[in-house]
Amino acid sequence: MEPLTPSLCSGKNAMTPPPAKSSAPLLPFLGGAAGLVLWWLIYGQLLPFSRFFAFDLLGLAPGSHLGEAVQFFVYDTPKVLMLLTLIVYGVGVLRSFFTPERTRRILAGKRESVGNVLAALLGIVTPFCSCSAVPLFIGFVTAGVPLGVTFSFLISAPMVNEIALVLLYGLLGWKVAMLYLLTGLGIAMLAGFVIGRLKLEHHIEDWVREMHVTAADVPDVKLTWPERFRQGKEAVQQIVGKVWIYVVAGIAVGAGIHGYVPEGFMASIMGKGAWWSVPIAVLIGIPMYSNAAGIVPVVEALLGKGAALGTVLAFMMAVIALSLPEMVILRKVLKPRLIATFIGVVGTGILLVGYLFNLII
Amino acid sequence: MEIKVLGPGCAKCSETEKLMQAVVAEAGVSATVEKISDFQQIAKFGVFSTPAVVIDGQVKCVGRVPSRAEAISWLGK
Repeated sequence: MEPLTPSLCSGKNAMTPPPAKSSAPLLPFLGGAAGLVLWWLIYGQLLPFSRFFAFDLLGLAPGSHLGEAVQFFVYDTPKVLMLLTLIVYGVGVLRSFFTPERTRRILAGKRESVGNVLAALLGIVTPFCSCSAVPLFIGFVTAGVPLGVTFSFLISAPMVNEIALVLLYGLLGWKVAMLYLLTGLGIAMLAGFVIGRLKLEHHIEDWVREMHVTAADVPDVKLTWPERFRQGKEAVQQIVGKVWIYVVAGIAVGAGIHGYVPEGFMASIMGKGAWWSVPIAVLIGIPMYSNAAGIVPVVEALLGKGAALGTVLAFMMAVIALSLPEMVILRKVLKPRLIATFIGVVGTGILLVGYLFNLII
Repeated sequence: MEIKVLGPGCAKCSETEKLMQAVVAEAGVSATVEKISDFQQIAKFGVFSTPAVVIDGQVKCVGRVPSRAEAISWLGK
C-alpha cells in the first residue's frame, strides 16, 4: 500500500540548532500571516482567470463542450492544489503535537465508548504512515488499549484524512465535507464499539497476545514553533509533492466528464432510484485502492451528472477505508475471522451512510 | 557497531536504510546496517511506529526518517 494518507513519518528534526536569539520570536507568525493574505488574494482571482483563459484568450464558446471542460480544468487545478497546500501545512503543524507513542499513552487504560470516541478523533491528528498499521496495532493491543478502541483508530486514521476533506470542501462545498467528516468519525466510533462488543480478542494472532513489550524509551523531542512550522512545510513537500499528479489526473478526468458526458447520464446507474447502487458501489470500492486525491475529482464529476450523493460517498469511503492491501498486511496479526468481521462491520456502516444520504438529500 | 533499521518496507523505511548506509560509509566507522522487516521482531524492540533506528540495541528514533546530522551524531563522530 502506498503510504499516502496520513503519512508524515519523517519530519521532526531534533538536531537542528535552536534559532538565533537575535531573531524576533514573532517573525515566523508574521511571515505566516503575510503568506495567508497572499494566498487569499490569489485564490480569489482563480475563477475570473479561468473564464478569461478559456473564453477570451482561447476564444472558446461558453457552454460548448470543450470550453466548459477547459474552464473547469483551469479553475479547479490551481484551486484544489492551493487548498491542499494550505490544509496539509496546517495539519502538518498540528501533527507536530502528536506522536503514535503519545496517542498510545492517552488511549491505554481508557474505557470503551469514551475510548472509541477519543481514538477516532486522535486518528485524525496522529501522524501515522499506513505501513505502520501492524506495529501500531501491536503497540496498542499490548499496552492494554481495548481491541474495539484500536479499531476505531485504525478506521478513522485513513478514512478521515485532510486530503479527502480539502477536496470535498473545494469541489463540493463545506456541507458535503462536514457530512463526510462527521459520518466518517461516526463509522469509526461505532464500528470500533461493535467490534469491541463482539469479544473477538481470541482472533488476534497468538504471538501478539503472548507478547509482552514495553515501549522503547525514546525521549520526547521538545519542539519550538519554527520547528513546527518547518514540519508543516515538510508535510507539504512530501504530501503535495506526491499527490499533485493524481489530483491533476483526477481533475482532467473530471473535466472530461464535466464537458462531455450528458447531464443526468449517471442518474439511471447511480441515482437515488436504484436501491442496489449503494451496495454495488461499496463492493466495487473495497478492492480498489486509491488515495483521496485521485478519487474526489472523479466523485465530483459523477455527482454533477446526477449520481446520488449517498452512493458516491459510500463508494469513496469504501475505496479509502477498506483496501485489499491493508487487509493483507493486517492478516499478519489478525485471524481471518476478525478481518472478515472488520470488513463486514465497516462495510455495513458505509452502506448505512450511503442510504442515509440518499434518503435525506 | 550494530545498526538496525526497523520497518516493513515502505518508501520511508528504505530511505532510512539508505541514509544509514551512506553516513556509515562517509564516516568510515565499522558498522553493519541491517534491515528488519519482521513485525514480531520490530515489536520486541518496543517500536510501534516505523521507520525506527536501533544502534547497539538502543532505539534512537521512531516513526520518522532521521536527519543526516542526527544520524552522524549517533555514530559518535
